Amino acid sequence: MEKFEKVISTGIPLPIEHIDTDQIIPARFLKATTREGFGDNLFRDWRYDKADQPIQDFILNNPRYSGSILVAGENFGCGSSREHAAWAIYDFGIRVVVSSFFADIFKGNSLNNGLLPVQLKPEEMDIIFKAIEANPDVQFEVELPTQSFRIVGTDQVFNYEIDTYKKMCMQNGYDDLDFLLSLESEIEQFEKQQVIF
Amino acid sequence: MGKTLVDKIWEAHKVHEVEGAEVIYIDQQFLHEVTSPQAFDGLRKRDRKVFRLNKNLATADHNVPTWDQHLPIKEPLSRKQVKKLTDNCEEFGVQLFGLGHQYQGIVHVIGPELGYTKPGMTIVCGDSHTSTHGAFGAIAFGIGTSQVEQVLASQCLVLKKPKNMRITIDGQLQKGVLSKDIILYIISKLDTGGATGHFVEYAGNAITDLSMEARMTVCNMSIEMGARGGLIAPDETTIDYVKSKWSGEQSELAAAENFWSTLHTDEDAKFDVEYHFDAGDIEPMLTYGTNPGMGMKVTDHIPASADAKPLAYMGLNNGDSLMGKEIQHVFIGSCTNGRIEDLRLIADFVKGKSKSDNVEVMIIPGSKQVEKQAKEEGLDKIFAAAGFQLREPGCSACLGMNEDKIPAGEYCVSTSNRNFEGRQGPGARTILASPLMAAAAAIKGKIVDVRSEL
Repeated sequence: MEKFEKVISTGIPLPIEHIDTDQIIPARFLKATTREGFGDNLFRDWRYDKADQPIQDFILNNPRYSGSILVAGENFGCGSSREHAAWAIYDFGIRVVVSSFFADIFKGNSLNNGLLPVQLKPEEMDIIFKAIEANPDVQFEVELPTQSFRIVGTDQVFNYEIDTYKKMCMQNGYDDLDFLLSLESEIEQFEKQQVIF
Repeated sequence: MGKTLVDKIWEAHKVHEVEGAEVIYIDQQFLHEVTSPQAFDGLRKRDRKVFRLNKNLATADHNVPTWDQHLPIKEPLSRKQVKKLTDNCEEFGVQLFGLGHQYQGIVHVIGPELGYTKPGMTIVCGDSHTSTHGAFGAIAFGIGTSQVEQVLASQCLVLKKPKNMRITIDGQLQKGVLSKDIILYIISKLDTGGATGHFVEYAGNAITDLSMEARMTVCNMSIEMGARGGLIAPDETTIDYVKSKWSGEQSELAAAENFWSTLHTDEDAKFDVEYHFDAGDIEPMLTYGTNPGMGMKVTDHIPASADAKPLAYMGLNNGDSLMGKEIQHVFIGSCTNGRIEDLRLIADFVKGKSKSDNVEVMIIPGSKQVEKQAKEEGLDKIFAAAGFQLREPGCSACLGMNEDKIPAGEYCVSTSNRNFEGRQGPGARTILASPLMAAAAAIKGKIVDVRSEL
């Protein structure tokens, strides 16, 4: 996993609520057996029509909007546990997803892949959406050490929460397995005393 | 202060603590072909073995065809993914109930049916409907592929403890109202993200009156309101079921029963959130939108407040009733409603009736064992006479990964768990309902209130 310190980028607005992982990456694209290449099919059925032609009014097909920060509506990533959703977003070049609310499994999958979920208040989300609407070139600075989301060129700074353990992992590029493997003898000890049928 | 059942099971599995997270031991992992290949690859890259082979079990379900399972899978990518699972299980020594095996089936159907799922356990799978196993009083939840790899390598996960929610349903269910209606009703009240961050305990006499299979339907859909999982405290019904599947030493059974009977929430335990509903208020339920929270009673009209985008996708309008709506497909199956009791209920209802000419009906048994049982009981003949196709087991049109898909723009009354855009195929319009409501729609060719057909 890559280390995460700071991202400065424009934002791609997707102000739709309850975006589920079937929209992020439809099930028929889950047949690959590696982690790479899912970005091509990110939001496949919103991005392309039946003839595989780009749907012009979808935001990812609008050249006016680009960047590595996706700004989305509430309850982002609900539904299926497919980690392919986080892989697809990361593979597309996104490093930060901002929403007022994330589904649990998606949030965990993102953190395990170096994709930072930034949860802000609904009123802060409104300010960000309006800033992008007024100027698609507006830049955002997302810092992990200070847990801050700044609208560049303004004095607007919003803070977000992240668990201490997950923050440490993201900053150092560690994944959970490195940590778990260091606990092997403790795990074996646990097994010896466990009562289970 | 007392403890909830989730607290008790969680604490009994805590191996280690760090700031902001805990290391939790996992008693059982289930694997399938879609979310495991990258996890096995990860083991290979790190040169690791599977840490506890006897706590991991695999099956092929998401991609498999539901016709001619004895022949090679036609679709090349599906064939490759199922083969990859077989190869990985062989290489690492994991038990596999693959295509053609007598115990193959949907992962959340075979776990309980083969006696792997037991009270007090922690259970995971790379599938969000793992919450199904909570019906036995277990902490069971879906995980991502990185976590599948972690469990393969260490039998543990690093987790943050979820909050506690209790949903109590007391009272008498109306005739024709099933456990599927209970959970669709709850989700319509809480909305699709209403239980996020929580583990839900379902309680009340309307829950404890349910059979194990009906309880699994309730717990199965916990994720559809965002819950990390859902469980029901074990009782006599649970213990009778688990005993009937017991494959361990008979001498251990008494100790096991003693342990299981300790698994309940203390009377003075505090929940972070509590809801109470009256079972008598629940009617047969239907969804009208593109997430399971967009549900209503069969006699209701689509609310004026419902969003335009999902209604446009569904070809419906605010204020519409769904009663009398013509449909083209009925899908009966999935980890929500693909068990033998579901099939019996439907067979009992359709006996002597025929499906409407304008409707295609597929019944996908949840497992080879369900399929076998259905045939032994002669349900296949009842289905055939009614024009319902009884096929072979798999996830099928629940998520459209195999060739079973609903064509764009057409309506499908489905006993599955998700009505997301494109879930059953690009452009497909899914209406979630109970097995009885689905069977009634198949007979009439349109949506009816099953209560008037009983």
